[in-house]
Amino acid sequence: MRAHLGRDLSLAVDRIACDGSGLCAELLPELIELDDWGYPMLTGGPVPDDLMTLARRAVDRCPVLALRLVARQPAARASRPVALPEFVRR
Amino acid sequence: MIGAQSLPPSHGRTQPQQQSTARLLAGPPLADGTESHAAHVARLGPLPGRIDPGALVAEIERSGLLGRGGAAFPAGTKWRAVAGRASGGAVVVANGAEGEPRSHKDRALMAARPHLVIDGGLLAARAVGAGELVLYVGSDHHAAIASMRRALAERRGDALPIRLMEAPARYVAGESSAVVHFLNEGDARPTAVPPRPYVRGVGGRATLVQNVESLAHAALIGRFGAEWYRSAGRDSTPGTALVTVQGADGMAKVAELEYGTTLRELAASLGHDARDHRAVLLGGYFGGWATVDAVVDVPLDPARLTERGLAFGCGLVALLPAGTCGVQATAGVLRYMAGESARQCGPCVFGLGAISAAADRLAERRHAPDDLENLGRWANQVQGRGGCHHPDGAAGLLVSALEVFHAEFRLHQATRRCSADGTIGLAAAASGPGDLAIGRAA
Amino acid sequence: MIEALPWYVTRAAGMVSLVLLTAVVCLGLLTAARWQRPGWPRFLTAEVHRSIALLSVVFLVVHVVVAVVDPYTALGWASALVPFSSPYRQVWLGLGGVSMYLVAAMIVTSLLRGRIGRRTWRAIHLTAYASWPLAVVHGLGTGTDSAAAWSWVVNAACAMAVGGALVLRLRAHQEERAAVETALPMTSGSGFR
Repeated sequence: MRAHLGRDLSLAVDRIACDGSGLCAELLPELIELDDWGYPMLTGGPVPDDLMTLARRAVDRCPVLALRLVARQPAARASRPVALPEFVRR
Repeated sequence: MIGAQSLPPSHGRTQPQQQSTARLLAGPPLADGTESHAAHVARLGPLPGRIDPGALVAEIERSGLLGRGGAAFPAGTKWRAVAGRASGGAVVVANGAEGEPRSHKDRALMAARPHLVIDGGLLAARAVGAGELVLYVGSDHHAAIASMRRALAERRGDALPIRLMEAPARYVAGESSAVVHFLNEGDARPTAVPPRPYVRGVGGRATLVQNVESLAHAALIGRFGAEWYRSAGRDSTPGTALVTVQGADGMAKVAELEYGTTLRELAASLGHDARDHRAVLLGGYFGGWATVDAVVDVPLDPARLTERGLAFGCGLVALLPAGTCGVQATAGVLRYMAGESARQCGPCVFGLGAISAAADRLAERRHAPDDLENLGRWANQVQGRGGCHHPDGAAGLLVSALEVFHAEFRLHQATRRCSADGTIGLAAAASGPGDLAIGRAA
Repeated sequence: MIEALPWYVTRAAGMVSLVLLTAVVCLGLLTAARWQRPGWPRFLTAEVHRSIALLSVVFLVVHVVVAVVDPYTALGWASALVPFSSPYRQVWLGLGGVSMYLVAAMIVTSLLRGRIGRRTWRAIHLTAYASWPLAVVHGLGTGTDSAAAWSWVVNAACAMAVGGALVLRLRAHQEERAAVETALPMTSGSGFR
């Protein structure tokens, strides 16, 4: 996806295509972490300029083309951290 | 509330009705079976002839009709969105998949009032400029399928081709992208990529996927108007809604209530005392648990419930009898939800799998020391990370269970005892949708 | 002897191309198998796969061009670029041509992956399973010294490498499937179709 000057680009994952290869998290640990099963968790928000090159590489190297750069922040879907009852957290 | 025989005012008159709560269920009782086309027309009048599509959309918007599939999204907004993109002919899909196992209202509605649903579908088709109506009915809802087929055969002179498709009997088969995926490619699994159905759906055309109950309400709004529709409703949301109520006896009853009715009133009208139960599952597996004490006098209204972090959802009201273990009940639901994953996304497959296994271990008190803590962490990890909302539903249900049954979870975790000790065995905890038998809809 | 130089260059470039192609195929299989070791992350396998693939183009071009311009061979450009049109060892040469085009398609589509979509890219990339054996057979058929011991050694080593990588790939695939099976409880339900 070509950069549009002045428009912030964010990372997004096609969750169905993603098969947990984990290359993206290796290339871009600042923005991508892996969950307990090796699938990416995106920190969200626009990609900082100094990480854009790495982000583009991560997008290109994803073996299944699941990682994308999108102009609009993907709609936040119940992605707020859930408030857990106190007794569950140690 | 149920079985009230009042008729809505005929088109044009807008007098408020005394017992305005029976609308979809007005007419013969559900137990009488399918209402024939002749009886339907005799009772309600014919489907309005020439209605301007734009006026129809505006009427639906004015009525404030909310979708009955669970999301409570304004139907008028959906219709307008599809109408705006319908160049070349749109498609209307009446969504009667009802994958939620404990919800019975859609199948009961289709079985008893198929012509209301079909009328609604035809009105929607006219409003959005559709060239085709598809009736998408869950393949395990046999009475509904038979009834809809008979109803189609009875009808003459409908302007539109109407076909009935049987949906695979899976939980996610009713999700709108899954509906479109099935109609296009025979695969009822949700798809993650855009475009959304209202932009490009069945056959590449703009598609309106609307719950059958929503369409039934629309069929009445088309005859009697938005003002009539808004004349019911005791709180902020106008209109009536179908609910499935399940009490301690395990029997499921379908009823129609006015939005804003409280849980206490609803239970009482069906012969239950709400206070006999400690907890209630509201809105389906996609909803959540609440303590009866906390919600017994809360209006059952999508807006009011959402304010409290609950959901009206598909109108399921499943009361958990006192003396039942909430942890075991929750483990049963989570096991079902995990099993119903479409297995397309890692966080859903592995996340729900881990959650279900840990919940089972906690329910049977053979848990590992960090199982409870992991449950909380995994609930957060799966939120919003599936290709569809399925993991969100499971996570939301889990979190509500952790709040509502916190004492029970603590008891299991710390002492390996269960308050319902011995009364519910392993088999029941592991058996899919529930330890409560589902009876015939009343 | 100098007249034989082009032949040596072509032969050598061809062999190197095969070895590099073998490495590319192995690394591709290892990428899919998510192979990794401490200090060798997965993205490194993918990167080296990519780098060697691009490098192999150089040797492939040398191999084809020198073979065509070699005054000793009767090959014109048509023989190289139109598979099975050569008067000399028609079939063996032709197979090489097919392999070459498949490799070219894979490289071009990989460079343009973002634009062509995953399904198309993957369909073309799967032809790697054809292009590698075609290259081997081409080498055995057109090489006049294929009976030489070193030729056998190289071919055998390549075959074993690809065989080993295939085994790893299949095992990883089975483990993944098993993980998905065991992750979720059994469902009584029908399928999604």
